Amino acid sequence: MKSQSTPTLTPNEGFLDKLLSGRSSFLSYSLLALILVVILPLTLSEFRLNMCGKYLCYSFCCIGLVLCWGHAGILSLGQGLYFGLGGYSMAMFLKLEASDLESTKIQTTPGIPDFMDWNQLTELPWFWQPYHSFTLTLLLIIILPILLATLLSFFYFKGRVTGVVFAILTQSMVACAWYFIVGNQGFFGGINGMTDLKTLNGWDIREPSSQKILYFITVACLFGCLFFSKWILNSRLGRVLSAQRDKEERVRFSGYDLTAFRVFIFAVAGVLASIGGALFTLQVGFMSPNLIGVVPSIDLIIYTAVGGRLCIVGAVYGSLLVNTARTLFSEAYPTLWVFIYGALFIIIVLALPKGIAGIWSDHLRVRVRSLLKLDKKDKPEKLTT
Amino acid sequence: MSNTNTDFLLAIEDLTVSFDGFKAVDSFNLYIDKGELRVIIGPNGAGKTTVLDMICGKTKSTQGSIKFKNKELTKLREHKIVRAGVGRKFQTPSIYENLTVFENLEISYPWGRTVIGSLMFKRDQKVLDSIHKVAEQIYLIDDLDKQAEFLSHGQKQWLEIGMLLVQKPELILLDEPVAGMSVKEREATAALLNEIVRDRAVIIIEHDMDFVAQIAKKVTVLHMGKIIAEGTMDQVQNNEKVKEVYLGH
Ligand SMILES: Nc1ncnc2c1ncn2[C@@H]1O[C@H](COP(=O)(O)OP(=O)(O)OP(=O)(O)O)[C@@H](O)[C@H]1O
Ligand SMILES: [Mg+2]
Repeated sequence: MKSQSTPTLTPNEGFLDKLLSGRSSFLSYSLLALILVVILPLTLSEFRLNMCGKYLCYSFCCIGLVLCWGHAGILSLGQGLYFGLGGYSMAMFLKLEASDLESTKIQTTPGIPDFMDWNQLTELPWFWQPYHSFTLTLLLIIILPILLATLLSFFYFKGRVTGVVFAILTQSMVACAWYFIVGNQGFFGGINGMTDLKTLNGWDIREPSSQKILYFITVACLFGCLFFSKWILNSRLGRVLSAQRDKEERVRFSGYDLTAFRVFIFAVAGVLASIGGALFTLQVGFMSPNLIGVVPSIDLIIYTAVGGRLCIVGAVYGSLLVNTARTLFSEAYPTLWVFIYGALFIIIVLALPKGIAGIWSDHLRVRVRSLLKLDKKDKPEKLTT
Repeated sequence: MSNTNTDFLLAIEDLTVSFDGFKAVDSFNLYIDKGELRVIIGPNGAGKTTVLDMICGKTKSTQGSIKFKNKELTKLREHKIVRAGVGRKFQTPSIYENLTVFENLEISYPWGRTVIGSLMFKRDQKVLDSIHKVAEQIYLIDDLDKQAEFLSHGQKQWLEIGMLLVQKPELILLDEPVAGMSVKEREATAALLNEIVRDRAVIIIEHDMDFVAQIAKKVTVLHMGKIIAEGTMDQVQNNEKVKEVYLGH
């Protein structure tokens, strides 16, 4: 069976081919776009749509987890840290804009954020200075997670610390971040977080119309991140990552220095989480340490597992569905939700290791395809969409 | 550690490793010429795998030197040793089950082994040609699109050998390449090895004496970490010490 049509034998796949290799992958992106861009905005109230926008922010972290946990085998229980990095960066910019001289004239020191004034600070700390500029803020949202992820993982990966030990380390890092923010009330607003965020370059982000625009910006960023992730997974680097997850030695003895690869994908996951955090702050209008602590970080793992940890599109559905279920159930039966949540996790672990994406790829796809006669007796496709 | 340069492709001198005081390999010397095929035999636990582990950097030696093209390997990290030109096949077939045969071979292609390089990697004609050439050699040209987990045990062994060939190493280390193969597959493997060795040196660890007789010109016998005999298959088979070790085993 030496056919010419098989993907592995075509030289020089184009960029777009790579991005949307296979019909099913194209379909799954179109379907997601249809749901997010058309169906949800048309059917949901402004309030509910804003909530969906908020849930979508978590899915940025989940896409990162698909790359770094699902494909590269590096479990991070501390993605909240990177979510917070972006979230707090955006919040600091907005807070500075909200603390102009006019609106803070009753403070002892006008012109600085209110919580600083309450904590007897008389001057803006130096690390707040870059957040006067929106461009710098956007840059920091990307650069800070790269720096922090590299710093916090390089020596561990070089010393070949992986698996459970690394997972626990990431967890303790996010716990440290929580204590750090809570302990530095004057610098970061402490347990209350940063509240009363109002405008972005003069544009009121609390208006319903702004909220709607922010929702669409989030969706656009989400697709950007999905395509970027897909590009990584479809490159040779993506194959090296999953190869080293299963056969670490073999990859090393094919001449690869795995440290760099692991740091890279961990940093990418961090950047994605950070972008999600920044968009979260914009849509919710505040940022607090309880949004980035240990528990939210573990929630992110559950969303990813529900969506399917090998499927970046699944990650989006995972965070949307679990959060929607959580909201609906805790509105109706607040006490019951915890049990449902626990049961959900057990079901996923025991029965659906590939999550929702697995239901599709393992059970439904074959049937749908044979129904539509799309199938030309091809090999079982791998789950990398 | 000796500083003398040699004409040998690989010169191992006084190599020793001890695990908590137990010397798995003890004052081991081995010289391999360019284009040589050497077989290392010995009973279970003799230290054969450990020798290969030290050459390719998986295990750090306690003492001694390993020179490959007069370059000291004992201090290098694994990927540097590979890039210097040493390829290693493991005792149990170690391939990427979820990838296709083609992708398995492609990952070993010696270009784009950095983060940026692998992101920018292009599957160009040169890559395709060299992978097809190797696939032909290892009898898997018709299975390029097959997922590796569906290969037979023998084919997996070939695939791993193929992954080494794609790297174009000057020295190949094979740990029991015919384990679990049928008689027919063994013959094919012998032919394959005889072809491989035309361009490069190969060190093979093997238990199967019939197979060794088919391929070996020079054999080294290892027992309890030490060399007890070295020579042609006939010489070795008639060596009293070797007889004792194998019969007493
Ligand atoms: N990392 C290690 N720590 C402790 N002991 C080890 C280690 N690696 C190998 N050994 C011991 O060293 C000895 C040699 O092992 P090795 O695997 O090299 O034998 P071998 O000749 O390859 O045997 P076989 O034919 O069974 O593959 C064995 O007794 C083994 O238990
Ligand atoms: Mg062995």
